[in-house]
Amino acid sequence: MKKNVIKGLKTALPIALGYLPLGMAFGILAAQQGLTALDVFFLSLLVYAGSAQFIASAMLASGAAAAAIILTTFLVNLRHLLMSASLAPFLKHISSPVLAWISMGITDETYAAGYPAASAGKASPAFYLGLNGLSHFSWIFSTVFGCLLRSRIPNPEKWGLDFALPAMFIALLFIQLKNKKDILVALAAGVLSAALAFVMRDNFNIIAATVAAAFIGVCIEK
Amino acid sequence: MRSEILFVIIGMSMVTQLPRIIPLVVLTRMSLPPLVVRWLKHIPVAVLSALLFPSLLLSDGRLSLSLDNTALLAAIPCMVIAAKTKNLFLTVLTGIIISALLQLVWY
Repeated sequence: MKKNVIKGLKTALPIALGYLPLGMAFGILAAQQGLTALDVFFLSLLVYAGSAQFIASAMLASGAAAAAIILTTFLVNLRHLLMSASLAPFLKHISSPVLAWISMGITDETYAAGYPAASAGKASPAFYLGLNGLSHFSWIFSTVFGCLLRSRIPNPEKWGLDFALPAMFIALLFIQLKNKKDILVALAAGVLSAALAFVMRDNFNIIAATVAAAFIGVCIEK
Repeated sequence: MRSEILFVIIGMSMVTQLPRIIPLVVLTRMSLPPLVVRWLKHIPVAVLSALLFPSLLLSDGRLSLSLDNTALLAAIPCMVIAAKTKNLFLTVLTGIIISALLQLVWY
């Protein structure tokens, strides 16, 4: 139990550190757009999805309708559906209420960093307690902290902080690449996603490209 | 806290959490066809790459392949570090430092 919690914490550590600049950037932006620290706290606690929070805070500031904000959030986060489904074959030994709790901690980063342990059959609830607990804490802490800092850091991009997210995607992607077929799937997904971004809105390009590239992966397996 | 914002946050929470919870809880209780399992195994690589490419290649909805695109430039050393070390923290640190240096040189 204790060993697995520590393993989860170790897996979460780089994510937690990566969330610091990212979360602070969101907090600063949200404060500039009129959200309070309490708003930011509840967003990070209950929604816990970076890109959706950035989009929602901009929409709130521009006076968008509640229904439009909620619908956009749904579409932007729909990719979690695929991540959640892909973990299912490995977590059959865990009870439903615990699985529900584990799944609420799924983000792009915790999913990708935890996937190797899950697919090796080494992911227990204790592992997820460490992984999801520390990652979520870091996200809440850094977003609220950024909001309280407000305008003291006027341009987060000047400090290279806006690159934390792509850098995290690069690292997580390269950790998953095991063979030439993986590289082909990655190239197909990436090129498709960028191309479809011109014709699809609300991150639908990401979902469509992921579904198609995983299918290409199945076709080239033999 | 304004009740309108609270309402929006609760709505956002529901539409974000349900797609996270439902597949994992439902699909672990049934046996999936082998073809579906094989398809699901490609999801991690595919979704990460689908997230990454637009963030590097597009800026303000346009294809940006020039030297002004600091994200694309910073991505190159980042990929080298990621491929060599497979270390999340080192890669993010490299990315932030190089991106900051590029901003400094460019602007």
